[in-house]
Amino acid sequence: MSNDDAFLLRMQGISKSFPGVQALDRVDLEVRAGEVLALVGENGAGKSTLMKILSGAHRKDAGRIILDGREVEIENPHHAQQLGIAIIYQEFNLTRNQTVAANIYIAREPRVRGLAGWLGLVDRPRMEADAGGVLARIRAKIHPDVKVRDLSVAQQQMVEIAKAIAVQAKLLIMDEPTAALGESETEVLFDTVRGLKSQGIAIIFITHRLEEMFRIADRVVVLRDGQRVGELPIVEATPDRVVQMMVGRSLREIFHKETAEIKEPILEVRGLTRRGAVQDVSFTLRRGEILGFAGLVGAGRTETARLLFGADARDRGEVLLEGKPLRVNSPSQAVKAGIGLVPEDRGLQGLVLKLSVQENIVLATLPRHSAAGWMNRSLVAQTARAFTQRLTIRTPHLRQQTMLLSGGNQQKVVLAKWLASQPKVLILDEPTRGIDVGAKAEVHALMSQLARSGIGIIMISSELPEILAMSDRIVVMHEGRIAATLDRSEATQELVMAYASGQQKGERV
Amino acid sequence: MTEDPMKPVPRAAQRGAALRGIVRAQEFGVFLILSAMVLFLSVFTNTFLTSTNIFNILRAFSWIAISGFGECMVIITGGIDLSVGSVMGFSGLISAMLLRASGNVFLAVVGGLAVGAVIGLLNGLMVTKARLPPFIATLGMLLMARGLCYGLTGGWPVQDLPQGFRNLGQFDIPLFGAGVPLPLVFTIVVGVIMAVFLTRTVWGYRIYAVGGNEVASGLSGINTDRVKIMVYTLGAFLTAIGGILMTARLGVAAPTAASGYELDVIAAAVVGGTSLAGGEGTILGVLIGAAIMQVLRTGLVLTGVSAYWLQGVQGLVIVVAIMLDQLRKRRR
Repeated sequence: MSNDDAFLLRMQGISKSFPGVQALDRVDLEVRAGEVLALVGENGAGKSTLMKILSGAHRKDAGRIILDGREVEIENPHHAQQLGIAIIYQEFNLTRNQTVAANIYIAREPRVRGLAGWLGLVDRPRMEADAGGVLARIRAKIHPDVKVRDLSVAQQQMVEIAKAIAVQAKLLIMDEPTAALGESETEVLFDTVRGLKSQGIAIIFITHRLEEMFRIADRVVVLRDGQRVGELPIVEATPDRVVQMMVGRSLREIFHKETAEIKEPILEVRGLTRRGAVQDVSFTLRRGEILGFAGLVGAGRTETARLLFGADARDRGEVLLEGKPLRVNSPSQAVKAGIGLVPEDRGLQGLVLKLSVQENIVLATLPRHSAAGWMNRSLVAQTARAFTQRLTIRTPHLRQQTMLLSGGNQQKVVLAKWLASQPKVLILDEPTRGIDVGAKAEVHALMSQLARSGIGIIMISSELPEILAMSDRIVVMHEGRIAATLDRSEATQELVMAYASGQQKGERV
Repeated sequence: MTEDPMKPVPRAAQRGAALRGIVRAQEFGVFLILSAMVLFLSVFTNTFLTSTNIFNILRAFSWIAISGFGECMVIITGGIDLSVGSVMGFSGLISAMLLRASGNVFLAVVGGLAVGAVIGLLNGLMVTKARLPPFIATLGMLLMARGLCYGLTGGWPVQDLPQGFRNLGQFDIPLFGAGVPLPLVFTIVVGVIMAVFLTRTVWGYRIYAVGGNEVASGLSGINTDRVKIMVYTLGAFLTAIGGILMTARLGVAAPTAASGYELDVIAAAVVGGTSLAGGEGTILGVLIGAAIMQVLRTGLVLTGVSAYWLQGVQGLVIVVAIMLDQLRKRRR
């Protein structure tokens, strides 16, 4: 296998710079047919840039790309597709109001014979039959006739994969494909990936989740600061070794929990219900406590958070904040009552990306930063300065647009917004999704610090190591209900998964 | 990226940054276009650069600009108000009718403004509570308000308005031997108030926030519906000011008055750099945008080009101005 001819793709000495940044510095990468290569690295390490060069979205400055033994110059996404390179981005490229079949054959729709075909009439029966064949090949149980908007996220991803297969892709690049998937959906995806592998397709798998890499990859390549720092066959890789290569520090420092004194209850939830989403959820959160919410995507964790925050209306249930009944019908009332919510999607729900760092930081506390409607601009700057320092938000200045910050720094701006509101209860929904390991460690340290200051923290996370490491107690949800409440000492990855997947039944508290 | 946000910036660097800030500012591009047009007309016609002409331009652009301030605000929240032309005509008409009925200028003006605000409130309620797309809600209002103009007058204009009222649009304040038109003064006062409102008040912050990301704003505790209702109401109120000034200037309230002005108003906002995607736009930009549209109109006449060409050239200027703006953004 050490023979060069065994490689489907070889990238040699790839360099790419953007104004002010050397995004890639002489990077080599090679993949064999039928191999799953994990490409890991912190945000900004250059993974996406490298993949965008492969998919034709960016042009390289220097270096060579050899595909199937022939040097190629990838000119644009269409050209990459013709060469058999397909990429599935985190954000799907699907037209939601069209059918699955139309999406799979987008821009290549089969036409009927003759004049009508020449004029553009699509051969729908054939398109649907072909699409059905492609879907069967990846064993996806999706009807080609349904509209994409009616599919789950996992199913939409299957459509993306089918799209790639349909263009005879030899190399499939997947950018964080599991980010939006639950555990069982991830398993299905991995089965599909194994199937593609056995058909001789090469797969480059970008991920932040190390445990997944161990389950699916044959080999791992690590990038750091635009350079390739190393490569390991998966049998030789350990999480600690990979993380060390990525950041130059160990896993222990990333999930670092300091103990805080857990005091009296601050939030008591009794029988919280919203039909079709949340059923009879009860729990107690104490001051100084980090209460982890584990479960599969769609288990009702985010929905519970939205109910507590007044973003959705509850059908039933009682919530006590500091022993007093809490009635919130809108987020603005929740904010006034002392509840903060860091939502799961930074760009869509957490930040106004067009606005500056300082404007975002004071967004939840405008009344406090104003008098009789007039903004107190020096107070705004003062607050923003204090929090950028405290959270070490890296920005050239406070008036920088937040869209120009890295993911980790953006997340810290969202956190700063809620810290500025001095909440009693802070709900964090996937607080470290899609941010790099360094920033993750900083967010975790901050959570510990907040807990120590007496705030009650609810942390929803789909990353089990994070849940296990950071939580004092763990609420496991399954299909809208609480399946179990586990103490930190008794929780294991297996036990949490068993409850989350519904294999283990019977509520334990 | 790692620069300490606390570190004081040296004075010289500050000045350099200020200059660069001006050049990079949203308004700079359109300001260049306006300057070029003015320069061209000043050199190639001997009638353009006279105080009479300049003030005529400024008088006529007043109502478009004032209404444009409101439109800009609506567009910043990610909406659109198509009803401004009709609201302008309708509020002017109501003022004129109240004037004929009572003879009281104050009552007439207040009535016209109130009618404008109520229409804006209805727009806001349709957009937020009834969840209508702004385009549809205000398109309906465009027709309804215009329909009221025809219905209430039977198609006849309201004439013979007293001089006390007409002065609002026609009076010139003597200043250094020239007469500064009163509508221009209103425009500047309203413009300053609106600029301060948008950049210095809590409401301004909320408007930009809602336009930039409505979901995130809502989850930050901002009542987004209230912000939008306020914006549509205030927008139509400003349009009513424009409508009354226009009616006073013309001295007659025709049911067809200001028909099609919504396009001029939207063009002024958009040429001035207001982004239809929401979250971006400034009052200064609208002012320059409105000036460009008016200079264009007057300039063509002065250069002897047939008025039949006007719309075509206006369209061209809108498209070119937006293209330049896009180029500026991409380079940033």
